[in-house]
Amino acid sequence: MEKETCTFSYCQKPAVTEVECDLLIMGGGMAGCGAAFEGARWANEKGLKVVMVDKAATDRSGAVAMGLSAINTYVGENQVADYVKYVRNDLMGIIREDLVFDLGRHVDNSVQLFEEWGLPIWKKGDDGFSLDGFQARDAGKASLKDGGTPVRSGKWQIMINGESYKVIVAEAAKKALATNREKTGMEQNHFERVFIVKAVMDTNGKNVAAAIGFSTRENKIYSFKAKAMICATAGAVNCFRPRSVGEGMGRTWYPVFSAGSGYAFGMQAGAELSLMANRFVPARFKDGYGPVDAWFLFFKAKATDSFGEDYCTNKEYFDDAVARYGDYAKGMGTAIRNHLMMRAMKDGKGPILMNTHTAMAELGKAFADKLGEKEGKKKMKHLEAEAWEDFLDMAIGQASIWAATNIEPDKTPSEIMPTEPYLLGSHAGCAGFWVSGPGDLPGTPEHYSWGYNRMSTVPGLFMAGDVVGASGHKFSSGSHAEGRIAAKSALQYILDHADYKPSPKLSLDEIAAELYLPFEMYEKYKVYTTDPTINPNYIGPKSLQLRFQKIADEYFGGVATWYMTSRTMLEAGLAKLEMLKEDAAKMAAKDLHELLRCFENYHRILSVEAHARHILFREESRYPGYYYRGDFNKIDDVNWKCFTNSKYNADTNTWEFKKVPYVQMYP
Amino acid sequence: MPSFVITEKCDGCKAQDKTACQYICPHDLMALNRDIMKAYNQEPEQCWECFNCVKICPQQAIETRGYSDFVPLGSSNVPMRGTDSIMWTIKFRNGILKRFKFPIRTTAEGSIDPYAGKPAPDFANLNKPGFFNGPARTE
Repeated sequence: MEKETCTFSYCQKPAVTEVECDLLIMGGGMAGCGAAFEGARWANEKGLKVVMVDKAATDRSGAVAMGLSAINTYVGENQVADYVKYVRNDLMGIIREDLVFDLGRHVDNSVQLFEEWGLPIWKKGDDGFSLDGFQARDAGKASLKDGGTPVRSGKWQIMINGESYKVIVAEAAKKALATNREKTGMEQNHFERVFIVKAVMDTNGKNVAAAIGFSTRENKIYSFKAKAMICATAGAVNCFRPRSVGEGMGRTWYPVFSAGSGYAFGMQAGAELSLMANRFVPARFKDGYGPVDAWFLFFKAKATDSFGEDYCTNKEYFDDAVARYGDYAKGMGTAIRNHLMMRAMKDGKGPILMNTHTAMAELGKAFADKLGEKEGKKKMKHLEAEAWEDFLDMAIGQASIWAATNIEPDKTPSEIMPTEPYLLGSHAGCAGFWVSGPGDLPGTPEHYSWGYNRMSTVPGLFMAGDVVGASGHKFSSGSHAEGRIAAKSALQYILDHADYKPSPKLSLDEIAAELYLPFEMYEKYKVYTTDPTINPNYIGPKSLQLRFQKIADEYFGGVATWYMTSRTMLEAGLAKLEMLKEDAAKMAAKDLHELLRCFENYHRILSVEAHARHILFREESRYPGYYYRGDFNKIDDVNWKCFTNSKYNADTNTWEFKKVPYVQMYP
Repeated sequence: MPSFVITEKCDGCKAQDKTACQYICPHDLMALNRDIMKAYNQEPEQCWECFNCVKICPQQAIETRGYSDFVPLGSSNVPMRGTDSIMWTIKFRNGILKRFKFPIRTTAEGSIDPYAGKPAPDFANLNKPGFFNGPARTE
């Protein structure tokens, strides 16, 4: 096909702004806000400039935009080494234990700050029952920092009233950035509604010299030149065709605005990826994707098939799982529980039910026994509110579905269902980049550390949150802490490389032409047909998305094949994806909103390609319940208990793969 | 539950540069029709139903409707977000009404002073574990 270029013959040329700083933070979610808070404090002392760029409004950006009902990582009274063990078990034996331990020894500091800033945290009352954040305050309960006892839903999780969690964390980050403006005299260092599209390499051939993007509000392009950058953007959602159709396609489990932009940024810079075969398929309340953790852990609800059987205890399913997946099956991690649920569903025993009604009846009985009929009823009322709050804080739509379908959780069970696949590295997944660890932990092998904590294999390019590979289960608090770790480390890098002056190898005109090509395409060809949405000369962002979603769903182990794929399936799908990648050179956008969608979807294409190629390279089924290689449907520790790493070369569109040894550092 | 804007209630945020819903939507969905100065959700199939537009609207002009592909009609779920709490009014399809009130923050909005009372960073610790305000756990 003929290559299209943008000469601004048809579309308007944008204004181009160059912003120079020392530390650039991409993404304003939990990791980005952590990086801004910690980074500004150190940078202020040396007069270094810190800039944060967010494609949305930081008050409500990132995975915590809606709020959360729990903080899933608070080590507290537990041991950090046990946290490593728990993460390793849930991620099927292969994690970077140095990164996970490092996270565990830092995370509590962030949680305690959240409480200080105003996040209401539940505390245990004197009667052993839970107090919400206000009740705890009014009862004079100590803060976490001063030894207060949180309400644990699981060993690592604590309950919060988290509707405004992100607003609170954002406020601290924005104020921190303001102090940096005062110290450095920068006019603006917090850019909202600016979408970073790609990395521009330095003329030195090593560093990323600039991150380029555009305003989604005005015709303006930005080039952010920085000595060091932290990529703190989200994982990739809606790469696979979702279960819902039409309007419901936006009701994803993880935020629909997670476009894999961080994966794309690092890949285009040539950073090494690790464990991109990993994915997360959460089992959630059907359609609304309401969280199950509080129901399982806090309300002690049981999930069963429609015949009342706990599928996790089905002997036939379990024995078969052990035969294929060995001791990993006995660990009963999230993937294995999913696997056993799917076995029951495939045997026609669905729908799978979360038995909220029996759990609440049992709790009601326990309350009445302990407190008497009247007080027990009062506690029950509080418990009902807690159950609703769990959804209203973080998956509001699920509460709406309960209302729309007349489900009262104390009377009726709810369906649960495995979702479409998600790519991420901060929740119960570990797909991301290979980064340096802290290096100070006993037993750290040499290949885990190259000087700067959380730096990727590209000098000066740091990672935090979802895009860090091989270290999942950070969640919101851990992502904040990891942003802080990365910021400190990036500042050390900046001080060590004070002489480095970024020199992007593309001119500002070339950058503008590349970013606005979809506008040029649209304006050039739109009059050729009577309806610009149907045009043979270009592809719009919606079509782009539907095409890769269909490919991923059908060939890379989506819901269409019950998460099953194989070498032949992957190769067939990748061939189709390659054509789509070529077609992406003909993306067209009619306005800034569509321009955003075009590049978001291009980022998803790169993310899902990396995912498929990693699955192809790893000839085993490491994550049953998330995906299966039908041609290697077992876990093969002899050949594959290792990291699988890759590097993408954007210039030649080629991939290199290798195995990297896994080292167990903790018992 | 894609959000929708009630024509009568929306005042386009009185012709300010941006409406509150445009400002806050994490997925760039809310748009302003400048001909009638009313906001609308330009891409309902990308709506995550985070309710941030609903919560922020100064006119309470935004509500949600169940996704047409799987939610029956007839219910509603309306928040009222204050400075320290949020109140939810949930109406079931069969008429059952539930109200809940939950805390949202224990400090005044805008009161965070990020570094007040915190130690200055010690550059001897920059490349060691720990943060400017305290060391990492050791065990």
